[in-house]
Amino acid sequence: MKSGSNLEKVLTAGHFALTGELGPPRGTSAEDVKKKASHLKGMVDAVNITDNQTAMVRMASWAASLLIMEEGLEPNYQMVCRDRNRLAMQADILGAYALGIRNMLCLSGDHQKFGDHPTAKGVFDIDSMQLIGMVKKMRDENKFLSGADLEESPKMFIGAAANPFAEPFEWRVHRLAKKIHAGVDFIQTQCIYNMDKFRKWISQANDMGLTEKVYILAGVTPMKSVGMARYMKNNVPGMDVPDEIINRLRGAGKGKIAAEGIKIACEQIEEFKQMKGVAGVHLMAIEWEHKVPEIAEQAKMLPRPQL
Amino acid sequence: MIVAKRKPFDEIDNMLKGYKKVLNVGCGTCVALCLAGGEKEVEILNSEIDMARKLAGDPITIEGITIERQCDREYLEALDSKVEEYQAILSMACGVGVQFLAERFPQIPVFPAVDTSGLSANQAVGWYEERCRACSSCVLGLTGGICPVTMCAKGLYNGPCGGTNQGSCEIDKNQPCAWYMIYERLSNQGRLDNILAITPPMDWQNQVPRTLIQPGYKKPEDVS
Ligand code: SF4
Ligand code: SF4
Repeated sequence: MKSGSNLEKVLTAGHFALTGELGPPRGTSAEDVKKKASHLKGMVDAVNITDNQTAMVRMASWAASLLIMEEGLEPNYQMVCRDRNRLAMQADILGAYALGIRNMLCLSGDHQKFGDHPTAKGVFDIDSMQLIGMVKKMRDENKFLSGADLEESPKMFIGAAANPFAEPFEWRVHRLAKKIHAGVDFIQTQCIYNMDKFRKWISQANDMGLTEKVYILAGVTPMKSVGMARYMKNNVPGMDVPDEIINRLRGAGKGKIAAEGIKIACEQIEEFKQMKGVAGVHLMAIEWEHKVPEIAEQAKMLPRPQL
Repeated sequence: MIVAKRKPFDEIDNMLKGYKKVLNVGCGTCVALCLAGGEKEVEILNSEIDMARKLAGDPITIEGITIERQCDREYLEALDSKVEEYQAILSMACGVGVQFLAERFPQIPVFPAVDTSGLSANQAVGWYEERCRACSSCVLGLTGGICPVTMCAKGLYNGPCGGTNQGSCEIDKNQPCAWYMIYERLSNQGRLDNILAITPPMDWQNQVPRTLIQPGYKKPEDVS
Protein backbone atom coordinates (compact mmCIF):
# COMPACT_ATOMS: atom_id res chain seq x y z
CA MET A 1 0.00 0.00 0.00
CA LYS A 2 1.25 3.43 -0.89
CA SER A 3 -1.18 5.38 1.25
CA GLY A 4 -3.64 2.92 2.75
CA SER A 5 -6.55 5.13 1.67
CA ASN A 6 -9.93 3.53 1.21
CA LEU A 7 -9.81 4.32 -2.50
CA GLU A 8 -6.45 2.59 -2.83
CA LYS A 9 -7.73 -0.44 -0.93
CA VAL A 10 -10.85 -0.73 -3.10
CA LEU A 11 -8.80 -0.49 -6.29
CA THR A 12 -6.02 -2.86 -5.26
CA ALA A 13 -8.57 -5.41 -4.09
CA GLY A 14 -9.93 -5.37 -7.63
CA HIS A 15 -13.31 -3.82 -6.90
CA PHE A 16 -14.88 -1.53 -9.47
CA ALA A 17 -14.47 1.83 -7.73
CA LEU A 18 -16.91 4.70 -7.53
CA THR A 19 -15.83 8.21 -6.61
CA GLY A 20 -18.00 11.29 -6.22
CA GLU A 21 -17.44 14.99 -6.25
CA LEU A 22 -18.30 17.90 -3.98
CA GLY A 23 -17.76 21.59 -4.65
CA PRO A 24 -17.11 23.64 -1.48
CA PRO A 25 -19.36 26.67 -0.95
CA ARG A 26 -18.64 30.28 -1.80
CA GLY A 27 -18.93 31.13 1.84
CA THR A 28 -18.24 29.79 5.28
CA SER A 29 -21.05 27.31 5.76
CA ALA A 30 -19.81 24.03 7.18
CA GLU A 31 -23.45 22.95 7.14
CA ASP A 32 -23.56 23.32 3.39
CA VAL A 33 -20.60 20.97 2.99
CA LYS A 34 -22.01 18.47 5.46
CA LYS A 35 -25.40 18.50 3.81
CA LYS A 36 -23.92 17.71 0.41
CA ALA A 37 -21.72 15.06 2.03
CA SER A 38 -24.72 13.37 3.66
CA HIS A 39 -26.04 12.40 0.21
CA LEU A 40 -22.75 10.74 -0.66
CA LYS A 41 -22.20 8.79 2.51
CA GLY A 42 -22.01 5.05 1.86
CA MET A 43 -22.52 5.67 -1.85
CA VAL A 44 -18.94 6.28 -3.01
CA ASP A 45 -15.41 5.19 -2.07
CA ALA A 46 -13.97 8.70 -2.00
CA VAL A 47 -15.14 12.22 -2.77
CA ASN A 48 -13.21 14.75 -4.83
CA ILE A 49 -13.13 18.11 -3.13
CA THR A 50 -12.59 20.72 -5.80
CA ASP A 51 -10.01 23.49 -5.48
CA ASN A 52 -11.34 26.91 -6.48
CA GLN A 53 -13.20 25.18 -9.26
CA THR A 54 -13.60 27.17 -12.50
CA ALA A 55 -11.33 29.75 -10.89
CA MET A 56 -14.04 30.96 -8.52
CA VAL A 57 -13.03 31.52 -4.92
CA ARG A 58 -14.46 28.84 -2.65
CA MET A 59 -13.78 27.41 0.77
CA ALA A 60 -10.29 25.85 0.79
CA SER A 61 -10.22 22.33 -0.51
CA TRP A 62 -8.32 21.02 2.53
CA ALA A 63 -10.86 22.58 4.91
CA ALA A 64 -13.85 21.08 3.13
CA SER A 65 -11.92 17.79 3.02
CA LEU A 66 -11.70 17.86 6.82
CA LEU A 67 -15.40 18.63 7.10
CA ILE A 68 -16.38 15.58 5.08
CA MET A 69 -13.95 13.41 7.04
CA GLU A 70 -15.89 14.39 10.15
CA GLU A 71 -18.92 13.00 8.32
CA GLY A 72 -17.17 9.69 7.76
CA LEU A 73 -16.31 10.22 4.10
CA GLU A 74 -12.91 9.96 2.48
CA PRO A 75 -11.76 13.03 0.54
CA ASN A 76 -9.78 13.15 -2.66
CA TYR A 77 -8.08 16.47 -2.11
CA GLN A 78 -7.76 18.43 -5.36
CA MET A 79 -4.90 20.84 -5.87
CA VAL A 80 -4.46 23.17 -8.84
CA CYS A 81 -1.23 24.84 -9.99
CA ARG A 82 -2.93 28.15 -10.70
CA ASP A 83 -3.09 29.54 -7.16
CA ARG A 84 0.06 28.45 -5.34
CA ASN A 85 3.77 28.23 -5.86
CA ARG A 86 5.88 25.22 -4.93
CA LEU A 87 6.42 26.41 -1.36
CA ALA A 88 2.73 26.80 -0.61
CA MET A 89 1.87 23.54 -2.33
CA GLN A 90 4.36 21.49 -0.37
CA ALA A 91 3.29 23.13 2.87
CA ASP A 92 -0.36 22.31 2.11
CA ILE A 93 0.51 18.72 1.24
CA LEU A 94 2.28 18.26 4.58
CA GLY A 95 -0.62 19.84 6.44
CA ALA A 96 -3.25 17.85 4.55
CA TYR A 97 -1.48 14.61 5.33
CA ALA A 98 -1.02 15.53 8.98
CA LEU A 99 -4.78 16.04 9.22
CA GLY A 100 -5.56 12.65 7.71
CA ILE A 101 -5.98 13.32 4.00
CA ARG A 102 -4.68 10.36 1.96
CA ASN A 103 -5.72 10.97 -1.67
CA MET A 104 -4.69 13.88 -3.85
CA LEU A 105 -5.63 14.93 -7.34
CA CYS A 106 -3.01 17.02 -9.16
CA LEU A 107 -4.38 19.48 -11.73
CA SER A 108 -3.23 22.46 -13.77
CA GLY A 109 -6.48 24.31 -13.04
CA ASP A 110 -8.76 26.35 -15.26
CA HIS A 111 -7.32 29.66 -16.32
CA GLN A 112 -8.13 32.51 -13.92
CA LYS A 113 -9.75 34.34 -16.81
CA PHE A 114 -12.85 32.14 -16.38
CA GLY A 115 -13.45 32.95 -12.75
CA ASP A 116 -14.49 35.76 -10.47
CA HIS A 117 -11.00 37.29 -10.31
CA PRO A 118 -10.03 37.29 -13.99
CA THR A 119 -7.14 39.73 -13.49
CA ALA A 120 -5.46 37.72 -10.73
CA LYS A 121 -1.88 36.67 -11.34
CA GLY A 122 -1.85 33.02 -12.35
CA VAL A 123 0.97 31.28 -10.54
CA PHE A 124 1.70 28.11 -12.53
CA ASP A 125 5.11 27.91 -10.89
CA ILE A 126 4.98 24.20 -11.69
CA ASP A 127 2.52 22.36 -13.92
CA SER A 128 0.34 19.33 -13.17
CA MET A 129 2.96 16.92 -14.50
CA GLN A 130 5.60 18.43 -12.23
CA LEU A 131 3.18 18.47 -9.30
CA ILE A 132 2.65 14.72 -9.64
CA GLY A 133 6.41 14.24 -9.61
CA MET A 134 6.77 16.51 -6.60
CA VAL A 135 4.21 14.60 -4.50
CA LYS A 136 5.83 11.33 -5.48
CA LYS A 137 9.26 12.62 -4.54
CA MET A 138 7.93 13.75 -1.16
CA ARG A 139 6.21 10.41 -0.62
CA ASP A 140 8.79 7.94 -1.92
CA GLU A 141 12.09 9.72 -1.45
CA ASN A 142 11.35 11.73 1.69
CA LYS A 143 12.54 14.81 -0.15
CA PHE A 144 11.21 18.23 -0.94
CA LEU A 145 11.27 19.34 -4.55
CA SER A 146 14.53 21.14 -3.82
CA GLY A 147 16.11 17.87 -2.77
CA ALA A 148 16.26 18.76 0.92
CA ASP A 149 15.22 16.02 3.36
CA LEU A 150 11.78 16.03 4.87
CA GLU A 151 10.77 14.29 8.05
CA GLU A 152 7.92 11.78 7.91
CA SER A 153 6.78 11.83 4.34
CA PRO A 154 3.17 12.37 3.23
CA LYS A 155 1.92 8.98 2.01
CA MET A 156 -0.55 10.16 -0.58
CA PHE A 157 -2.39 8.12 -3.19
CA ILE A 158 -1.63 10.28 -6.21
CA GLY A 159 -4.25 11.05 -8.81
CA ALA A 160 -4.45 13.16 -11.93
CA ALA A 161 -6.92 14.00 -14.64
CA ALA A 162 -6.94 12.96 -18.28
CA ASN A 163 -8.93 14.33 -21.15
CA PRO A 164 -9.19 11.65 -23.84
CA PHE A 165 -11.04 14.02 -26.18
CA ALA A 166 -8.85 17.08 -26.59
CA GLU A 167 -6.86 17.47 -29.80
CA PRO A 168 -4.44 16.22 -30.93
CA PHE A 169 -6.08 12.89 -30.20
CA GLU A 170 -2.91 10.89 -30.99
CA TRP A 171 -1.12 12.81 -28.25
CA ARG A 172 -3.61 11.95 -25.50
CA VAL A 173 -2.35 8.49 -24.75
CA HIS A 174 1.23 9.76 -24.68
CA ARG A 175 0.21 12.38 -22.18
CA LEU A 176 -1.26 9.61 -20.06
CA ALA A 177 2.05 7.76 -20.35
CA LYS A 178 3.86 10.90 -19.22
CA LYS A 179 1.66 11.18 -16.13
CA ILE A 180 2.33 7.55 -15.28
CA HIS A 181 6.01 8.16 -15.72
CA ALA A 182 5.73 11.18 -13.42
CA GLY A 183 4.30 8.90 -10.75
CA VAL A 184 0.53 8.94 -10.84
CA ASP A 185 -1.41 6.05 -9.21
CA PHE A 186 -4.90 6.75 -10.52
CA ILE A 187 -6.55 8.79 -13.22
CA GLN A 188 -9.99 10.35 -13.33
CA THR A 189 -11.05 11.28 -16.83
CA GLN A 190 -12.96 14.23 -18.19
CA CYS A 191 -16.73 13.61 -18.45
CA ILE A 192 -17.29 11.07 -21.20
CA TYR A 193 -20.09 11.43 -23.71
CA ASN A 194 -18.34 10.35 -26.89
CA MET A 195 -18.08 6.64 -26.15
CA ASP A 196 -16.49 5.77 -29.52
CA LYS A 197 -13.59 8.04 -28.90
CA PHE A 198 -13.21 6.83 -25.35
CA ARG A 199 -13.14 3.18 -26.47
CA LYS A 200 -10.38 4.09 -28.92
CA TRP A 201 -8.38 5.87 -26.25
CA ILE A 202 -8.65 3.09 -23.71
CA SER A 203 -7.72 0.45 -26.26
CA GLN A 204 -4.61 2.45 -27.15
CA ALA A 205 -3.81 2.64 -23.44
CA ASN A 206 -4.34 -1.12 -23.15
CA ASP A 207 -2.08 -1.76 -26.14
CA MET A 208 0.68 0.34 -24.64
CA GLY A 209 0.37 -1.53 -21.36
CA LEU A 210 -0.57 1.68 -19.54
CA THR A 211 -3.72 0.36 -17.89
CA GLU A 212 -1.60 -2.15 -16.00
CA LYS A 213 0.34 0.69 -14.43
CA VAL A 214 -2.47 2.99 -13.41
CA TYR A 215 -6.10 2.75 -12.31
CA ILE A 216 -8.38 4.60 -14.70
CA LEU A 217 -11.71 5.90 -13.43
CA ALA A 218 -14.05 6.90 -16.24
CA GLY A 219 -15.69 10.29 -15.76
CA VAL A 220 -19.49 10.33 -15.84
CA THR A 221 -21.76 13.35 -15.47
CA PRO A 222 -25.48 12.76 -15.98
CA MET A 223 -27.16 15.46 -18.05
CA LYS A 224 -29.96 17.27 -16.24
CA SER A 225 -31.40 19.04 -19.24
CA VAL A 226 -30.99 19.71 -22.94
CA GLY A 227 -29.72 23.18 -22.05
CA MET A 228 -26.95 21.70 -19.92
CA ALA A 229 -25.92 19.35 -22.74
CA ARG A 230 -25.79 22.21 -25.20
CA TYR A 231 -23.86 24.38 -22.79
CA MET A 232 -21.31 21.64 -22.21
CA LYS A 233 -20.95 21.07 -25.93
CA ASN A 234 -20.44 24.70 -26.84
CA ASN A 235 -18.94 26.42 -23.82
CA VAL A 236 -16.82 24.00 -21.82
CA PRO A 237 -13.30 23.73 -23.24
CA GLY A 238 -12.20 20.21 -24.00
CA MET A 239 -15.71 18.70 -23.74
CA ASP A 240 -16.98 16.43 -26.50
CA VAL A 241 -20.78 16.01 -26.53
CA PRO A 242 -22.07 14.20 -29.65
CA ASP A 243 -25.38 15.32 -31.12
CA GLU A 244 -26.90 11.91 -30.52
CA ILE A 245 -26.81 12.58 -26.76
CA ILE A 246 -28.61 15.87 -27.21
CA ASN A 247 -31.17 14.28 -29.52
CA ARG A 248 -31.80 11.43 -27.15
CA LEU A 249 -32.43 13.82 -24.26
CA ARG A 250 -34.73 15.93 -26.38
CA GLY A 251 -36.60 12.82 -27.50
CA ALA A 252 -37.35 11.84 -23.90
CA GLY A 253 -40.04 14.50 -23.74
CA LYS A 254 -41.07 17.04 -21.12
CA GLY A 255 -40.51 16.05 -17.51
CA LYS A 256 -38.51 12.98 -18.42
CA ILE A 257 -35.25 14.52 -19.57
CA ALA A 258 -33.37 14.25 -16.26
CA ALA A 259 -34.40 10.61 -15.92
CA GLU A 260 -33.14 9.99 -19.43
CA GLY A 261 -29.84 11.67 -18.50
CA ILE A 262 -29.47 9.30 -15.56
CA LYS A 263 -30.38 6.35 -17.77
CA ILE A 264 -27.66 7.26 -20.25
CA ALA A 265 -25.16 7.55 -17.39
CA CYS A 266 -26.14 4.11 -16.04
CA GLU A 267 -25.78 2.53 -19.47
CA GLN A 268 -22.31 4.04 -19.68
CA ILE A 269 -21.40 2.71 -16.24
CA GLU A 270 -22.64 -0.74 -17.27
CA GLU A 271 -20.33 -0.66 -20.26
CA PHE A 272 -17.37 0.62 -18.20
CA LYS A 273 -17.75 -2.29 -15.80
CA GLN A 274 -17.02 -4.64 -18.69
CA MET A 275 -14.40 -2.50 -20.40
CA LYS A 276 -10.83 -3.71 -20.20
CA GLY A 277 -8.61 -1.09 -18.62
CA VAL A 278 -11.34 0.76 -16.72
CA ALA A 279 -11.05 0.32 -12.95
CA GLY A 280 -13.99 2.40 -11.83
CA VAL A 281 -16.17 5.43 -12.40
CA HIS A 282 -15.81 9.01 -11.25
CA LEU A 283 -19.34 10.34 -10.90
CA MET A 284 -19.51 14.11 -11.11
CA ALA A 285 -23.11 14.95 -10.32
CA ILE A 286 -22.54 18.68 -10.36
CA GLU A 287 -24.87 20.43 -7.89
CA TRP A 288 -26.92 17.24 -8.00
CA GLU A 289 -25.39 15.43 -5.03
CA HIS A 290 -28.81 14.37 -3.74
CA LYS A 291 -29.29 12.28 -6.88
CA VAL A 292 -26.14 10.23 -6.26
CA PRO A 293 -27.88 7.52 -4.15
CA GLU A 294 -30.44 7.03 -6.91
CA ILE A 295 -27.78 6.88 -9.63
CA ALA A 296 -25.52 4.53 -7.66
CA GLU A 297 -28.50 2.27 -7.00
CA GLN A 298 -29.70 2.29 -10.58
CA ALA A 299 -26.15 1.61 -11.82
CA LYS A 300 -25.97 -1.38 -9.47
CA MET A 301 -22.93 0.05 -7.71
CA LEU A 302 -24.26 -0.56 -4.18
CA PRO A 303 -23.36 -1.56 -1.58
CA ARG A 304 -19.83 -0.20 -1.63
CA PRO A 305 -17.14 -2.57 -0.41
CA GLN A 306 -16.11 -2.15 3.25
CA LEU A 307 -12.38 -2.77 3.60
CA MET B 1 11.57 44.61 -30.25
CA ILE B 2 10.03 46.03 -27.11
CA VAL B 3 6.48 47.14 -27.68
CA ALA B 4 4.35 49.53 -25.69
CA LYS B 5 0.95 51.12 -25.84
CA ARG B 6 0.15 54.69 -24.99
CA LYS B 7 -1.59 55.09 -21.67
CA PRO B 8 -5.17 56.37 -21.65
CA PHE B 9 -5.20 60.14 -21.88
CA ASP B 10 -6.91 60.68 -18.54
CA GLU B 11 -4.23 58.76 -16.72
CA ILE B 12 -1.50 60.92 -18.26
CA ASP B 13 -3.48 64.09 -17.64
CA ASN B 14 -3.88 63.08 -14.02
CA MET B 15 -0.16 62.47 -13.50
CA LEU B 16 0.64 65.94 -14.84
CA LYS B 17 -1.81 67.75 -12.56
CA GLY B 18 -0.18 70.71 -10.88
CA TYR B 19 2.81 70.91 -13.26
CA LYS B 20 2.98 73.96 -15.46
CA LYS B 21 6.08 73.25 -17.50
CA VAL B 22 6.78 69.75 -18.74
CA LEU B 23 9.19 68.15 -21.20
CA ASN B 24 7.90 65.14 -23.12
CA VAL B 25 10.78 62.88 -24.20
CA GLY B 26 10.19 60.42 -27.04
CA CYS B 27 12.42 57.52 -27.96
CA GLY B 28 13.45 56.86 -31.54
CA THR B 29 13.95 53.10 -31.34
CA CYS B 30 11.51 50.33 -30.32
CA VAL B 31 8.60 52.47 -29.22
CA ALA B 32 8.90 54.57 -32.36
CA LEU B 33 8.75 51.44 -34.53
CA CYS B 34 5.64 50.19 -32.74
CA LEU B 35 3.98 53.60 -33.11
CA ALA B 36 3.72 54.30 -29.38
CA GLY B 37 6.38 56.81 -28.40
CA GLY B 38 8.36 58.23 -31.32
CA GLU B 39 8.57 61.79 -32.58
CA LYS B 40 5.11 61.74 -34.11
CA GLU B 41 3.44 60.36 -30.99
CA VAL B 42 5.18 63.01 -28.86
CA GLU B 43 3.73 65.70 -31.05
CA ILE B 44 0.22 64.26 -30.95
CA LEU B 45 0.22 63.74 -27.20
CA ASN B 46 1.56 67.23 -26.60
CA SER B 47 -1.19 68.88 -28.58
CA GLU B 48 -3.79 66.78 -26.77
CA ILE B 49 -2.39 67.82 -23.41
CA ASP B 50 -2.10 71.43 -24.47
CA MET B 51 -5.70 71.53 -25.63
CA ALA B 52 -7.12 69.71 -22.61
CA ARG B 53 -5.36 72.00 -20.18
CA LYS B 54 -6.46 75.11 -22.06
CA LEU B 55 -10.05 73.89 -21.96
CA ALA B 56 -9.72 73.19 -18.26
CA GLY B 57 -8.53 76.76 -17.69
CA ASP B 58 -5.18 75.50 -16.44
CA PRO B 59 -2.74 76.03 -19.32
CA ILE B 60 0.56 74.19 -19.47
CA THR B 61 3.79 74.67 -21.36
CA ILE B 62 4.63 71.30 -22.83
CA GLU B 63 7.56 70.81 -25.12
CA GLY B 64 8.85 67.77 -26.92
CA ILE B 65 12.14 66.20 -27.84
CA THR B 66 12.83 62.74 -29.24
CA ILE B 67 16.21 61.14 -28.72
CA GLU B 68 17.63 58.10 -30.45
CA ARG B 69 17.48 55.78 -27.44
CA GLN B 70 16.49 56.48 -23.86
CA CYS B 71 18.18 53.31 -22.64
CA ASP B 72 21.61 54.61 -23.68
CA ARG B 73 23.60 57.19 -21.73
CA GLU B 74 25.25 58.52 -24.85
CA TYR B 75 21.93 59.88 -26.10
CA LEU B 76 20.68 61.10 -22.73
CA GLU B 77 23.52 63.61 -22.58
CA ALA B 78 21.65 65.79 -25.01
CA LEU B 79 19.07 66.41 -22.27
CA ASP B 80 21.50 67.46 -19.52
CA SER B 81 21.46 71.14 -20.37
CA LYS B 82 17.74 71.21 -21.13
CA VAL B 83 15.87 69.62 -18.26
CA GLU B 84 16.64 72.22 -15.61
CA GLU B 85 13.92 74.53 -16.85
CA TYR B 86 11.13 71.92 -16.51
CA GLN B 87 9.10 70.91 -13.45
CA ALA B 88 8.51 67.38 -14.70
CA ILE B 89 9.44 64.98 -17.49
CA LEU B 90 7.06 62.76 -19.36
CA SER B 91 8.71 59.80 -21.07
CA MET B 92 7.27 57.94 -24.00
CA ALA B 93 9.97 55.26 -23.87
CA CYS B 94 9.63 51.72 -22.56
CA GLY B 95 10.01 51.08 -18.83
CA VAL B 96 13.77 50.85 -19.22
CA GLY B 97 13.98 54.29 -20.80
CA VAL B 98 11.73 55.86 -18.17
CA GLN B 99 13.92 54.50 -15.40
CA PHE B 100 17.09 55.62 -17.12
CA LEU B 101 15.74 59.16 -17.34
CA ALA B 102 14.63 59.11 -13.71
CA GLU B 103 18.05 57.90 -12.66
CA ARG B 104 19.91 60.55 -14.61
CA PHE B 105 17.71 63.40 -13.33
CA PRO B 106 16.83 62.30 -9.82
CA GLN B 107 15.68 65.75 -8.76
CA ILE B 108 12.89 65.92 -11.36
CA PRO B 109 9.73 63.76 -11.33
CA VAL B 110 9.56 61.48 -14.38
CA PHE B 111 6.24 59.99 -15.53
CA PRO B 112 5.58 57.17 -17.99
CA ALA B 113 3.28 57.93 -20.89
CA VAL B 114 3.15 54.36 -22.21
CA ASP B 115 2.49 50.88 -20.85
CA THR B 116 5.35 48.62 -21.82
CA SER B 117 3.87 45.34 -22.89
CA GLY B 118 6.31 42.85 -24.23
CA LEU B 119 9.00 41.56 -26.51
CA SER B 120 7.09 41.26 -29.70
CA ALA B 121 7.26 40.68 -33.40
CA ASN B 122 5.72 42.93 -36.02
CA GLN B 123 3.09 40.92 -37.87
CA ALA B 124 1.75 43.81 -39.93
CA VAL B 125 1.65 47.59 -39.56
CA GLY B 126 0.24 48.32 -36.11
CA TRP B 127 -0.03 44.64 -35.16
CA TYR B 128 2.46 43.16 -32.73
CA GLU B 129 2.55 39.78 -31.09
CA GLU B 130 4.41 39.02 -27.91
CA ARG B 131 6.90 36.22 -28.35
CA CYS B 132 9.29 36.22 -25.39
CA ARG B 133 9.10 36.89 -21.65
CA ALA B 134 12.87 36.98 -21.26
CA CYS B 135 12.86 34.02 -18.87
CA SER B 136 16.67 33.58 -18.99
CA SER B 137 16.42 29.81 -19.62
CA CYS B 138 15.30 29.46 -23.20
CA VAL B 139 13.58 26.17 -24.08
CA LEU B 140 12.84 26.95 -27.72
CA GLY B 141 15.22 24.18 -28.75
CA LEU B 142 12.94 21.64 -27.11
CA THR B 143 9.65 23.14 -28.15
CA GLY B 144 10.12 23.53 -31.87
CA GLY B 145 10.79 27.26 -31.74
CA ILE B 146 7.47 28.11 -30.06
CA CYS B 147 7.70 29.71 -26.61
CA PRO B 148 5.47 27.99 -24.04
CA VAL B 149 6.24 30.62 -21.40
CA THR B 150 4.75 33.38 -23.54
CA MET B 151 2.33 31.63 -25.87
CA CYS B 152 0.69 29.18 -23.46
CA ALA B 153 -1.79 30.99 -21.23
CA LYS B 154 -0.61 28.96 -18.25
CA GLY B 155 3.05 28.92 -19.20
CA LEU B 156 3.03 25.13 -19.00
CA TYR B 157 6.19 23.17 -19.65
CA ASN B 158 4.39 19.85 -20.18
CA GLY B 159 1.38 20.76 -22.25
CA PRO B 160 -1.11 20.74 -23.71
CA CYS B 161 -3.53 20.95 -20.82
CA GLY B 162 -6.99 19.38 -20.93
CA GLY B 163 -8.55 22.65 -22.04
CA THR B 164 -7.03 22.73 -25.50
CA ASN B 165 -9.90 23.07 -27.92
CA GLN B 166 -9.40 21.98 -31.54
CA GLY B 167 -6.16 23.89 -31.77
CA SER B 168 -7.33 26.86 -29.72
CA CYS B 169 -6.45 27.73 -26.16
CA GLU B 170 -9.11 27.35 -23.50
CA ILE B 171 -9.02 31.08 -22.81
CA ASP B 172 -10.18 32.11 -26.27
CA LYS B 173 -11.16 30.50 -29.58
CA ASN B 174 -9.01 33.08 -31.37
CA GLN B 175 -5.90 32.28 -29.37
CA PRO B 176 -4.00 29.33 -30.81
CA CYS B 177 -2.97 26.71 -28.25
CA ALA B 178 0.80 26.94 -27.99
CA TRP B 179 1.12 23.29 -27.12
CA TYR B 180 -1.03 22.21 -30.03
CA MET B 181 1.34 24.14 -32.29
CA ILE B 182 4.38 22.69 -30.54
CA TYR B 183 3.00 19.19 -31.01
CA GLU B 184 2.27 19.78 -34.70
CA ARG B 185 5.67 21.27 -35.43
CA LEU B 186 7.64 18.60 -33.59
CA SER B 187 5.51 15.87 -35.09
CA ASN B 188 6.21 17.19 -38.60
CA GLN B 189 9.92 17.31 -37.81
CA GLY B 190 9.88 13.81 -36.34
CA ARG B 191 11.01 15.22 -32.99
CA LEU B 192 8.14 14.28 -30.67
CA ASP B 193 10.72 12.62 -28.42
CA ASN B 194 11.48 16.10 -27.14
CA ILE B 195 8.15 16.32 -25.36
CA LEU B 196 7.59 12.68 -24.54
CA ALA B 197 10.09 13.19 -21.75
CA ILE B 198 8.97 15.21 -18.74
CA THR B 199 10.36 18.71 -18.51
CA PRO B 200 11.33 19.17 -14.85
CA PRO B 201 10.26 22.19 -12.78
CA MET B 202 11.78 25.40 -14.03
CA ASP B 203 14.56 27.15 -12.16
CA TRP B 204 13.09 30.63 -12.43
CA GLN B 205 15.85 33.14 -13.05
CA ASN B 206 13.74 36.25 -13.37
CA GLN B 207 12.98 36.57 -9.66
CA VAL B 208 15.69 39.12 -8.93
CA PRO B 209 16.95 42.02 -11.06
CA ARG B 210 19.27 40.40 -13.56
CA THR B 211 22.48 41.86 -14.89
CA LEU B 212 24.23 40.58 -17.93
CA ILE B 213 27.94 40.84 -18.57
CA GLN B 214 29.17 39.27 -21.79
CA PRO B 215 32.35 37.17 -21.65
CA GLY B 216 35.45 39.33 -21.94
CA TYR B 217 33.73 42.36 -20.41
CA LYS B 218 33.49 43.53 -16.87
CA LYS B 219 31.48 45.98 -14.88
CA PRO B 220 33.18 49.39 -15.16
CA GLU B 221 34.31 50.98 -11.91
CA ASP B 222 32.32 54.10 -12.54
CA VAL B 223 29.20 53.90 -14.61
CA SER B 224 27.81 57.39 -14.22
S1 SF4 C 1 11.68 30.20 -23.37
FE1 SF4 C 1 10.36 31.82 -24.12
S2 SF4 C 1 10.49 33.43 -22.56
FE2 SF4 C 1 12.20 32.07 -22.22
S3 SF4 C 1 13.87 33.07 -23.38
FE3 SF4 C 1 12.94 31.50 -24.72
S4 SF4 C 1 11.44 32.64 -25.92
FE4 SF4 C 1 11.96 33.94 -24.16
S1 SF4 D 1 -5.06 25.31 -24.01
FE1 SF4 D 1 -2.95 25.19 -24.74
S2 SF4 D 1 -2.14 27.30 -24.68
FE2 SF4 D 1 -4.04 27.25 -23.48
S3 SF4 D 1 -3.35 26.91 -21.38
FE3 SF4 D 1 -3.80 24.86 -22.22
S4 SF4 D 1 -1.87 24.16 -23.10
FE4 SF4 D 1 -1.64 26.34 -22.72
